[in-house]
Amino acid sequence: MTSISLKVNGKAYEIEAEDDIPLLWALRDHVGLVGTKYSCGIAQCGSCTVLVNGVATRSCVMPAKSLGDAEIITIEGLAENGGKSLQEAWVEHDTPQCGYCQAGQIISAAGLLKSNPNPTDDEIDTAMKGNVCRCGSYVRIKAAIKTAIKKGGVIA
Amino acid sequence: MTKINLSRRGFIKVTGLAGGGLVLGFHWTGCTPVRPAEAAKVVLEPNAYIKILSDGMVTLMSPVPEIGQGIKTAIPMIVAEELDVSWDNVSVEQAPLAPDLYKRQSAGGSQAIRQLWTTVRTAGAAGRRMLMEAAAREWKVPIAELTTSEGVISHEKSGNSIGYGDIATKASDIEVPEEVTLKDPKDFKIIGTSPKNVDVNDIVEGKPLFGMDMKKEGTVIAMITHPPAFGMKPKSVDDSAARAIPGIKDVFTITTFPEDIETRWSGNNAFPELVVVTGESTWNVMKAKKALKIEWETVTPGENTEDHITEMENQISGKMTKPDRIDGDPEAAFKKAAKVIERTYSAPFLPHNTMEPMNFYANVTGDKIEFEGPTQTPQRLRDITAQIMGIPEENITVNILRAGGGFGRRLYGHYGVEAAMISKKINAPVQLIYTREDDMTQGTYRPDYRVRYKAGIDADNNLIALTVSGTGTNGGPVASNRFPAGAIDNYAAKNYRLKSNISTGAWRAPRSNFIAGAEQSFLDEVAEACGKDPMDFRMELFERAKNNPVGEKNDYDPDRFIALLNLIKEKCDWGNEGEGIHRGISAYYCHNSYIAQVIDVEMKDSKPVLKKAWCAVDCGIVISLDGAKNQVEGGIMDGIGHAMYGNITFNEGVIDQQNFDKYRLIRHGEGPETIETHFVDNGIDPTGLGEPAMPPVPGALANALYRATGKRLYHQPYILELGETEIKLG
Repeated sequence: MTSISLKVNGKAYEIEAEDDIPLLWALRDHVGLVGTKYSCGIAQCGSCTVLVNGVATRSCVMPAKSLGDAEIITIEGLAENGGKSLQEAWVEHDTPQCGYCQAGQIISAAGLLKSNPNPTDDEIDTAMKGNVCRCGSYVRIKAAIKTAIKKGGVIA
Repeated sequence: MTKINLSRRGFIKVTGLAGGGLVLGFHWTGCTPVRPAEAAKVVLEPNAYIKILSDGMVTLMSPVPEIGQGIKTAIPMIVAEELDVSWDNVSVEQAPLAPDLYKRQSAGGSQAIRQLWTTVRTAGAAGRRMLMEAAAREWKVPIAELTTSEGVISHEKSGNSIGYGDIATKASDIEVPEEVTLKDPKDFKIIGTSPKNVDVNDIVEGKPLFGMDMKKEGTVIAMITHPPAFGMKPKSVDDSAARAIPGIKDVFTITTFPEDIETRWSGNNAFPELVVVTGESTWNVMKAKKALKIEWETVTPGENTEDHITEMENQISGKMTKPDRIDGDPEAAFKKAAKVIERTYSAPFLPHNTMEPMNFYANVTGDKIEFEGPTQTPQRLRDITAQIMGIPEENITVNILRAGGGFGRRLYGHYGVEAAMISKKINAPVQLIYTREDDMTQGTYRPDYRVRYKAGIDADNNLIALTVSGTGTNGGPVASNRFPAGAIDNYAAKNYRLKSNISTGAWRAPRSNFIAGAEQSFLDEVAEACGKDPMDFRMELFERAKNNPVGEKNDYDPDRFIALLNLIKEKCDWGNEGEGIHRGISAYYCHNSYIAQVIDVEMKDSKPVLKKAWCAVDCGIVISLDGAKNQVEGGIMDGIGHAMYGNITFNEGVIDQQNFDKYRLIRHGEGPETIETHFVDNGIDPTGLGEPAMPPVPGALANALYRATGKRLYHQPYILELGETEIKLG
């Protein structure tokens, strides 16, 4: 067990956990934020996506102790960190079906819009390809991203 | 208007001022109404579906598990309609398992709306009637002079009006009415509209909703390890390395389904003996699970995909004996036919791959069990646990949580039983979590299927004979009384089955998910051989089934099919698809709903690109319009993804694809750019939509890809037939 410092949604946390714990399980089991989801554990589905210094990152394979004082934003902190328009657009399009993957989808979209505020359709597809939606809500996710862009996108 | 006589069974009698106040939250997204700061109290519960609050707000209970099909929105919409309240004043709660109060608490077979339609309308209407009776008594006027609208009762003559919240306090002694009148569908204000999914705000804010998210004080994390191959069981366990990992509490073996227990269909699974690791946190337990050294032994031989294909081919290629249905004399018709076409279609095993892996909470204390988690069949979980563990059913509670996908996988409650047995063994509350690998390799898979169609066409290009022989692991896919039965003079159908030690089960639209695509691909090829437009050809068959049906047990209504085809024909402007667009059509009936689809493909750099999908739906009255469209869109993506890429293969009982690095799911940019859905407006009582939009998809897709590429597709995954040598990740 080791002591790991994390900065999540603007708040500092000090956790006692396994030396090699991935950020996903540090967030879910130790910080107590469960909006970030486990699904594959090998960075193939995107359900666990968080922003690390503004970059969409798969938390299931990211060692928590490697993050130092990096700014981590999870779905719980997205609204006050520039992502509210995305969440509102997701609601406007009534995007989710089961909803389990959607936090990861929204965070990936936030990462995209932070680096590329006005992406083309192909750029959206490419940036979002790592996020699987088993219910197949892809058409609505894309529409929601476009709506969010129209309404001001993501404030960095 | 429909009058319904109420049996009192199933409705709780009024209990005035029941329950305490509710803790009411509000959302910044503003789609859920903002509640007053002080919590309003429940003042009346006319029945198990309805709670009237003192401020006039209404809490509606949703009895059916929500797995992404939108039932938690749709059922309360129906209650709210008949109760006659504004949807803005409604909040929804998931009911726990309470089979005495709710008629059916199961998410399966696309049956919830169909089977609960009248029950939940009646519940809403009974609540409205009781409030009206209280108002009539209060004002001393005949009830017939009262009207309701959006939660307010009015008496026009006197000018009196009162809100439900106010009159509810005076309705606590009103008897449950003996008869209620249901609304005329033309007066519906909520049914047919598009409110947002009731959980959408919580979902986009990342609130804890799912079984995986629940953290109860003192809960121990548990994981299981099952044999690496079907046909094996554990022989010995070396747990020394696993126990050495910090935070690990225990390692042991459980037998969930003893051999002398006869379980019903949803209870059992292929691996009754499991090795269990328990510990303080998920990561520790995952590591310990990897550190286990287990020796396995073979009970029955491990199977191979190739052997399945060979055996299934043998089953369907022989002469058909004792068909499940026969009309006329197909063999004689084939002999005199001008053309005979024979084609074989197949599809592999598929895993469900819900994004949320299997998990469940159980707390066994003495002879009581408290369950919580995602399940499609809470009652079966309770029944099977009671049977196996010898605990009285009434001592078992099941709290139903929103499921991160179902698709049939959560019909099988073995993971709940496992959680309970682990809890009993360690005498602590347990959260059992499957890893993705556990989930994919301990499946109740969509069976692998193989089917052979044969058609005879006469010199005038009429289809005079059709036979179909199908097989699959643990059961064949052929529905012998469905279309095209009834439309062809000489017809025969037969199912075979392949016995296997691989566990299979219901997977979104069981059997239909394969046979619809095979049939619709075959009919497309037959239409071409007849020199007929594929839409006209289908219409001709439906007209035949309507005007002069063959046989009596035809399990579909040709009139509804005809109306459906006419709708999609008009909406997609059939025949005028435009330059460079290649079109495929498909239509199928299952789960009591009718679906037609058209898929448009365009060739870009010699590769087919899916441009648009059109869907016509006849599921009767549509409850939640946008929610219904969402189901259709998902069904189309699902159908395309699995037909193109889905593939589970076995090698000596071991699954070759154990996670998403080897198993390809459809991803962004791979489905159609747009999906347009239209509903037949016929006022028929509603049927379900969770499953039926998926089955026709592989047919429409194969038919469109044929026109685009010149290649007919017979064997899923289609990507291997389109020239790819392996299934790379997208």
